[in-house]
Amino acid sequence: MDFGLSEEQQLLEASLRRFLDAELPPPRVREVMAGERAHDATLWGELARLGVAGLLVPEEHGGSGLSLLDAAIAAESLGRAAAPVPFLGTAVMAPVALAAATPAQRAEWLPRIADGRLCVGVALCESFARYADAGVRREGDRLHGRAMFAVDAGAADAFLVAVGDELAWVERSAAGLEVGLLRGVDETRRSGELRFDATPVAAWVGGRGAADAAASLERALAAGRVALAADLLGAAGRCLERAVAWSLVREQFGRPIGSFQAVKHLCAEMAAEIEPARSLLWYAAHAFDAAPAEAPLLALHAKAHLAEVGSFVARTATEVHGGIGFTAECDLQLWFKRVGASRAMLGSPDALRENAAALHGWAPV
Amino acid sequence: MDLAFGPRHQAFRDEVRRFLEEHRAQAPRGALAPGGRTGDEQVLRWQRLLVERGYAARTIPREYGGFGAAPDPLERIVLDEEFARAGVSRGVGGQGPDMLVPTLLEHGSEEQRRRWIPPTLRGEIVWCQGYSEPNAGSDLANVQTRAVLDGDEWRVEGQKIWTTGAHRAHMMFALVRTEPEAEKHAGLSYLLVPMDAAGIEVRPLATMTGRAEFNEVFFRDVRVPRENVVGGRGRGWRVANTTLGHERNFLASSAQLEESLARLVELLQQETAPGERPIDRPLVRDRLLRLEARVLAMRFHSLRLLTCRLRGEPPGVAGLVTKLAGCELSHQMAALAVDALGELGVLYEAGRRGDPRGRSAPWQFQYMFSLGLIIGGGTAQIQKNIIAERGLGLPREPRAVGPAAAPGEGR
Repeated sequence: MDFGLSEEQQLLEASLRRFLDAELPPPRVREVMAGERAHDATLWGELARLGVAGLLVPEEHGGSGLSLLDAAIAAESLGRAAAPVPFLGTAVMAPVALAAATPAQRAEWLPRIADGRLCVGVALCESFARYADAGVRREGDRLHGRAMFAVDAGAADAFLVAVGDELAWVERSAAGLEVGLLRGVDETRRSGELRFDATPVAAWVGGRGAADAAASLERALAAGRVALAADLLGAAGRCLERAVAWSLVREQFGRPIGSFQAVKHLCAEMAAEIEPARSLLWYAAHAFDAAPAEAPLLALHAKAHLAEVGSFVARTATEVHGGIGFTAECDLQLWFKRVGASRAMLGSPDALRENAAALHGWAPV
Repeated sequence: MDLAFGPRHQAFRDEVRRFLEEHRAQAPRGALAPGGRTGDEQVLRWQRLLVERGYAARTIPREYGGFGAAPDPLERIVLDEEFARAGVSRGVGGQGPDMLVPTLLEHGSEEQRRRWIPPTLRGEIVWCQGYSEPNAGSDLANVQTRAVLDGDEWRVEGQKIWTTGAHRAHMMFALVRTEPEAEKHAGLSYLLVPMDAAGIEVRPLATMTGRAEFNEVFFRDVRVPRENVVGGRGRGWRVANTTLGHERNFLASSAQLEESLARLVELLQQETAPGERPIDRPLVRDRLLRLEARVLAMRFHSLRLLTCRLRGEPPGVAGLVTKLAGCELSHQMAALAVDALGELGVLYEAGRRGDPRGRSAPWQFQYMFSLGLIIGGGTAQIQKNIIAERGLGLPREPRAVGPAAAPGEGR
């Protein structure tokens, strides 16, 4: 028995952190996020060469066929860097959703995902939430309506769209598709509103009426939630690191503020929230591949709990920084905002807890 | 990450199940920890049987009366699960087996280990912990109880407080000042004191729970054999901190948290006293789900820390948060149960008028007692100092003038 990261996983984490610390310091993050699409194809290409894009793509399609725990390790490192990259949709949700694809579809899409040439936006929001009049309907092989909060819309070359229980593949260049990029508080990732006007579906994942598309959609959502939880963990960890570093150099009353219990205890509370949450996240990611019966509940708990931990840590770290933490110049705000966005993405904590209660049979479905 | 139960663990599970089916009638009823019940032949017989089969003291070396198995967390999980499922006692626990034994394994002399560990594991010697004093709480190193060597004996003079189970313990492991001239922390020794020695007086200390879980212990010229110092003269602080590390994990074991959660879920599903099932109320449900996530986190966290031990990897700050997080969680679960029961939740006479099923009292007790645990064994604030200073590398509190302790060094 072993409840921890393997040597390979520790290596993956170390090499990814080394790369991101060197190539993606906060000033670089700010440059990329200032762009309309918040996307830098060169950066994503380099990460793809490190294997990040193809972690979940099977080896036969040019990826490394690893587990969601490996993807979670990458997601944590990317959250730690506030990386403006299309990891969640392209490298996590799309490969999982494409489990339902036909062999020909997989051979067409997965290799290009793995080598970084194809970025996939994922529009599943309609399957679990309703925003005003949003909704997608199908007439034959054409889509009408509106899909909200498509993940990685800024970078996307194509979209996976939930249409009822089916998954449609829509090219970004398709006629009748308007992609409206949404600027939220978190500028490091750009989600989108997709407007369909008799937009042609390039392909139905697994073919029209594929029986397992609904299950794949659920799996993709669960994987996405675990990856977001990992991103939140990385962001929270970075906030704590920065708060500790700041409290060691900032002096008031003639000594570092980190020597005052009022500040020390805030830092300790952050650590006490983060570390057990990391253990929960590891297990939720592990269960996705190894314990399918427990996985759905754990994905919900991981996302909801890490969202709470992330919010607590981001605000507490800001308080430790004092006034400087509230300025635009201070990089801490990048993580504060990323946490805020991750908290709401793919389901807010209270909604996910209610889903978890329903899985237990404690709440109406 | 490898949590698969292979054929070997499945076989172990089958073996444990067979054992429980066959022997459950012999098991004593009720909790035996902390402190255990003494002088009860049934308890001692059961404990001997458990050690013999390797279901207690499983990883303690055979030469010290244990079963001598290699540490295997999956086996521990199987034992936890199967005993909990059968509702059968795991045998005696508490300060002796859970705190003193690992301390002796680390710091005791060969003779001390052979003398004290086997009877402690068999449940024949029950221990209490003599650390806190009226003026040595968070500032534990300020211990004033003195022990002066007189020939082959220590003569002990002073007072301890918050001594769990002192009224039924045979022995106390105590922190006493043996080197009055030395710097505060260097003046302490870890001494094993027989509780039947002349000059010891134990007075129960009633708490807000209405019970007396703790005691005050007074020492008036108590004679203790010279060889009862563990880890050497003036080395008591280091030895005591080993015990405290074990205590902190024992005060917030994830098995206890899981057991509490299971009881809480049952209560919220079955109770209808306020007019509807509490679990049907969305706000109650939300609180429950928040707590469930935390209990799960603590369960996996304990597996992670166990893995660190097995791999010989330092857990870092992750290894310092269990007591702070776990005790608070226990308190919050009780708070939800009490709230969910409405006014019924304040009744405190188990099984009496108004609450014939006796639902409320155990939760009220847990609500109060867990607050005691948040304070005891090193207050939440001291825990935060430890996390910040040892775990995150923040500076110590400036020391007061003179040989005073840094707060993080206390309990």
